[in-house]
Amino acid sequence: MSAAIEPIVGRYLHLDVLGEMHRIYFEEAGAGIPLLCLHTAGAHSSQYRHLMCDAGVTDRFRVLAFDLPWHGKSNPPPGWQDMEYRLTSAFYVAAIRAFIDALGLARPVVMGCSMGGRVVVRLAMECGASLRAVIGLEGSDHPSPWYDDSWLERPEFLRGDFCAALVSGLVAPQSPDEPRWETLWHYYQSAAEVFRGDMHFYRTDSEYRGGQAHTHGCPVYLMTGEYDYSCTPQLTRESAARIPGAEAIIMQGLGHFPMSENPARFRDYLLPVLERIA
Amino acid sequence: MSIDINAQMQALPERVNADANLQRIGRYCSVEFLLQCGDHSFYLSVDRGRLAPVLEGARRMRSWRFALRAAPASWQHFWEPVPAVGYNDIFAMSRYGHLAIEGDVGPLLEHLRYLKAVLALPRVMRAQAGA
Repeated sequence: MSAAIEPIVGRYLHLDVLGEMHRIYFEEAGAGIPLLCLHTAGAHSSQYRHLMCDAGVTDRFRVLAFDLPWHGKSNPPPGWQDMEYRLTSAFYVAAIRAFIDALGLARPVVMGCSMGGRVVVRLAMECGASLRAVIGLEGSDHPSPWYDDSWLERPEFLRGDFCAALVSGLVAPQSPDEPRWETLWHYYQSAAEVFRGDMHFYRTDSEYRGGQAHTHGCPVYLMTGEYDYSCTPQLTRESAARIPGAEAIIMQGLGHFPMSENPARFRDYLLPVLERIA
Repeated sequence: MSIDINAQMQALPERVNADANLQRIGRYCSVEFLLQCGDHSFYLSVDRGRLAPVLEGARRMRSWRFALRAAPASWQHFWEPVPAVGYNDIFAMSRYGHLAIEGDVGPLLEHLRYLKAVLALPRVMRAQAGA
């Protein structure tokens, strides 16, 4: 018989976000510079499990990831049965800042994917001086809804297997079967209403163009897989051109979920960036 | 290297119907749809996951619930063993303007995993044939 325990440790945190208490699940591994990771829409923190087991990262970084309320092992707020979940920009930013404050993370790196890759742009603009850097995976500075989604709220589509099939093409063809299907499993697991609620942020409430795009000296790395047709390489380059000090990195042979769909290939792109940040 | 799309379409039902996993995930899917490849029309008829022989050629007044229309070169790219960026998925093709999805998208979305797998089968068949 063989067994192996991973270095990841999970705990629960009771966190005040905008005056309401939330029971939040988070995981972490490693020691050093805090590296806070944000999951994609309709998924959870397990997307970063490979990073947390990568000694090349955890020897210098304390990698943390939490499940947003409604996601993974984090609860929805009491009374959820009488409300419709819709993620807003204001709540998302507040939740991230509250988590950073609650754990006393000093000048963390914040890395998010997809909607997480979008929100880090606003974080840099809002509180860049208190961050070491942000990394937007599959991130851009504005919504780019390209298809009608009025059908998304119809009950026949509120199924995990539908959410998985909807995003399956966002995984690059080069990604190996096992991590590909694990990535899609996260969508099978999620409440479909939650995926739809996250789309409110991703498709509507995250316009960060215009105004004073000032990141307070916070380096911004926008890393996008070439096969991502949700946040395309072009959108990424255009966003980086608008954000002072931002750099676009296009990753070959990767799609919309680089950290979970092909961890081995992703680390080849990420490690040099972490090296520069550290 | 291009493939004979008509031959591929004719070989498709046997593969779909012999695939136990496809039959499992498609067992509630019954739908007729059109796959348009340039000037060529292919009518696909699914009954509880089983694909009937594919009808090729324009048929006046033939009905379908949804249509997938693309140029022959686009379908060729789609069925490459490792498709290029923009061609690896019907939604990727749609976003980049290589494919038009028309009609009632309801049954397409309702059976999305099954139908995506059916549409991707020529890619698998081609890879297995070593083409």
